[in-house]
Amino acid sequence: MGIKTFQQAISEALALEMERDERVIVMGEDIVGGSGADGEMDAWGGPLGVTKGLWGKFGDRVLDTPITESAFIGAAIGAATTGLRPVVELMFIDFMGVCFDQIFNQAAKFRYMFGGKAETPVVIRTMFGAGLRAAAQHSQCLYPLFTHIPGLKVVVPSTPYDAKGLLIEAIRDNDPVIFCEHKLLYTQEGEVPDEAYTIPFGEAAVVREGEDLTIVTLGRMVHRAVEAAEALAGSGIDCEIVDLRTTSPMDEDAILESVENTGRLVVVDEANPRCNIATDISALVAQSAFDALKAPIRMVTAPHSPVPFSDALEDLYIPTAASIEAAARELAEYRS
Amino acid sequence: MSGALHAVTMPKWGLSMQEAKIVEWKVPVGGEALSGDEVVDIETEKIAAAVEARHSGVLRRHIAQEDDVLPVGALLAVIAGADATDSEIDAFVADFQASFVPPDPTASEVGVPTDTVDLSGGVIRYLRRGDSGDVVILVHGFGGDLNNWLFTHEPLAAEHVVYALDLPGHGGSTRDVGDGSLEDFADTLSDFMAALGIANAHLVGHSMGGAIALTFALAHPDLTASLTLIGSAGLGAEIDGTYIDGFVHARRRRDLKPHLEKLFSDPSLITRQLVEDVLRYKRLDGVQDALATVAGQLFPGGRQAAVLRDQLDQLMLPVQVICGVEDRIIPPSHALGLPADVATHTVTGAGHMVQMEASAEVNRLIRDLAG
Amino acid sequence: MQLNKDDALRAYRTMKTIRVFEDRVHVEFETGEVPGFVHLYAGEEAIATGVCLHLDDGDRIASTHRGHGHCIAKGCDVRGMMAEIYGRKPGLCAGKGGSMHIADLTKGMMGANGIVGGAPPLVCGAGLAAKTLGNGRVAVGFVGDGGSNQGTTHESLNLASVWQLPCIFVVENNGYAEATSVKYSTACDDLADRASGFNMPGIVVDGHDFFEVYEVAGEAIDRARAGGGPTLIECKVNRYYGHFEGDAQTYRAPDEVENVRQNRDCIDNFAARAVSAGLVQEDDLASIDRDISDLIEDAVNLAKAAPKPEAEDLLTDVYVSY
Repeated sequence: MGIKTFQQAISEALALEMERDERVIVMGEDIVGGSGADGEMDAWGGPLGVTKGLWGKFGDRVLDTPITESAFIGAAIGAATTGLRPVVELMFIDFMGVCFDQIFNQAAKFRYMFGGKAETPVVIRTMFGAGLRAAAQHSQCLYPLFTHIPGLKVVVPSTPYDAKGLLIEAIRDNDPVIFCEHKLLYTQEGEVPDEAYTIPFGEAAVVREGEDLTIVTLGRMVHRAVEAAEALAGSGIDCEIVDLRTTSPMDEDAILESVENTGRLVVVDEANPRCNIATDISALVAQSAFDALKAPIRMVTAPHSPVPFSDALEDLYIPTAASIEAAARELAEYRS
Repeated sequence: MSGALHAVTMPKWGLSMQEAKIVEWKVPVGGEALSGDEVVDIETEKIAAAVEARHSGVLRRHIAQEDDVLPVGALLAVIAGADATDSEIDAFVADFQASFVPPDPTASEVGVPTDTVDLSGGVIRYLRRGDSGDVVILVHGFGGDLNNWLFTHEPLAAEHVVYALDLPGHGGSTRDVGDGSLEDFADTLSDFMAALGIANAHLVGHSMGGAIALTFALAHPDLTASLTLIGSAGLGAEIDGTYIDGFVHARRRRDLKPHLEKLFSDPSLITRQLVEDVLRYKRLDGVQDALATVAGQLFPGGRQAAVLRDQLDQLMLPVQVICGVEDRIIPPSHALGLPADVATHTVTGAGHMVQMEASAEVNRLIRDLAG
Repeated sequence: MQLNKDDALRAYRTMKTIRVFEDRVHVEFETGEVPGFVHLYAGEEAIATGVCLHLDDGDRIASTHRGHGHCIAKGCDVRGMMAEIYGRKPGLCAGKGGSMHIADLTKGMMGANGIVGGAPPLVCGAGLAAKTLGNGRVAVGFVGDGGSNQGTTHESLNLASVWQLPCIFVVENNGYAEATSVKYSTACDDLADRASGFNMPGIVVDGHDFFEVYEVAGEAIDRARAGGGPTLIECKVNRYYGHFEGDAQTYRAPDEVENVRQNRDCIDNFAARAVSAGLVQEDDLASIDRDISDLIEDAVNLAKAAPKPEAEDLLTDVYVSY
């Protein structure tokens, strides 16, 4: 046990599973770095150094790839159906655009199309989210698109502890898993056991208990929701925060249980507002907990625009603790 | 000036506690408080319980108000003789507050007060408290850990050297439980004592830990000063098999919580954080296998495999049995009909986790027996 | 292909502007004021310049993440580019695009691109438009050695060939896809060899040599304009900085960049050859250097002083109409 970063938690999960199971391989663009060059190997360990050191420990089971996402993501999927358990890195979630067929027409559908005869134990790790001034093609929150596809499991961890436990669960899972890492969470610190452990999918974390209002959220937004809840507590508004952890499967019971208790719901999703996780949850609650609602549901999301480059605009684009707080206050005061 | 001014401070229960909320005063200003009496109910993120008086006297001042959230070590109240003057109390409070430094909430678990010892069967984590007096060893039950004694560590440490250990398969100790038998656990206990140079100890066992302590005492009466068995296994065949099975197999909060609620008379004591802590332990690789091994060995088919009550009269040492009247795991009737020299204490308003729900009383009984 | 004095001075001005621009962005990035991901073109100037000198505003290019040089060579406003890199409202893309997405369609610059292999399909489209409209325009797609392995590139080469599109595919092979050597990532010795499978000319040139790039690109562009179909040109080159600003480049040999800077620098070589051939005078170049120095200084000062976009800009230009 010790305090570790989100990044270390992921690296530790990969190393533990590679040690435990030699079928686990790791591949992706520059996850080693320096392949074929005259300088040092393991020069990068991924663009942010998350996989650094794995090559030294596991050699050929850590593979740099050409910049050919269709080929190497597809290859990971193929290898998964034929005996390996690949963890493949899609550097930025935005790059799903160049390899989506392999993910949603191939990996996601094998089991169903083949009458239950295939298993595709692949994990696609990918970085997402705004805040790094990385502009429109490197900043999106595209987990709703994966969540939409039956056959895929989608994980969006918010803490180092969850990242490690969910990644090990993902590697041991026999279905394709999209593991989405918010790029601004890599330096987040928290207590993480040294040993391997697993967190089941479809089990939300109630990160704060409260009586007045439910905030359902995920990823980096969990931390902004906590910040908002602390400010709201000062005004006597007691928020419960449900961190989904996985969007597919999704812990509907945890959401409904909380809303039935509080009667008010704010859903916070960093994704664009149409057909995202917030709309999904709002529909769920409107359908299944309508009678419990004391106020309309509020969604706090990014706007319906691409991610802007300029910091002045990007800071407006990303939902803030203040915007969550404002939505919560509106509900708390609704018809009161 | 009166020498008898005593601070009641926020206790530190467990490794991660940093602060707690004042829920309700049990002793009003001007009320009598005897050492061991419950003075005030507080609530941490993990558990709600009462703070005990460590000195007897008149509760002269409530410093903390209900709903205040205060850090560990903060001044909650002042106990003094009836003759202490208000100005003496004012000065005492001022002195205390002037020198009080709250713990740094951002500090990580630097200086975690547990330690480990490497035994032949693997690493054992333990906590040691107190500097002098007889040794007391606290042995937790199935699925528990040394934190099951969080309300007992400090109160006993005033006059004893207290050890609480994590059994194999539990807490921060090795996952290797051997064959999971009482004898194996008892061997761990003797290895533990040998490694730490403990020649003789008062053993306090809860639930499965009671059966282990009893097994140990029967094998090593020379090493055992006294025996306190709390909600103890080993005294009858019945046990709630659905609890054992549910505890071993639950992976999710929703599945585990109803089982944990069976442990207490008051199920509201089961906080979100307590459930989360148990889940975090159970999620670790090897834990479920270890628990399943132990359960298969000790509680096959939802019954206790070892009933040792007939051997109690072989023990030529002080033995007491404590049980909660509302114990839903092991029937409290197992505490009845024991040999006459075994003192039996039934505690009302407590379930299986007597040492947590009625800590003041349990601590007093342990102190009384351990001298 | 004969180069007159004006063209030579234009070539020098373009290459030198790119170099000074990139060197300055490198310095400014280290101050922390330049946000986001920045990929510098320094060392590769002869390629963008040698190709784009044959093009005018009606011809189209599509670029890569390492696109500053292509923008400058295609005539994008340098001050507007710098303001864009700083995320300011007067930037070429109103501060919404940044370094990786600079574009100016009025100059025929279809955009730098954050997606590796993003350009080749787009230039097929530009080529198709030119062919359909019969306007004699051409389209040039730049792609790196990394991007040359993308399926999009292979599919585009095939499409351009079967449709005989007026397209030129320029592979800037600087030896590294990010931190991975082309020796590891690529199965052929020369990327230009791939052209034969698509039934088009494939030519290898020294990307440090402006004159060679200029000549080969000129022939390919003339052929395309004349309806002769696409060409694949592989320019072997080196980049002077890392994949992105902040890349420690430990994967490169210690003296690798210094050797190229000393012996094969495209601008030094161009100047030496142009002066010794009597094409230009030292004084001409010195005067251009002064202009560029002032221009870049001005661009940085303007960028830093320029306002940032405002809240109401956040939701503009998502659609033409909605």
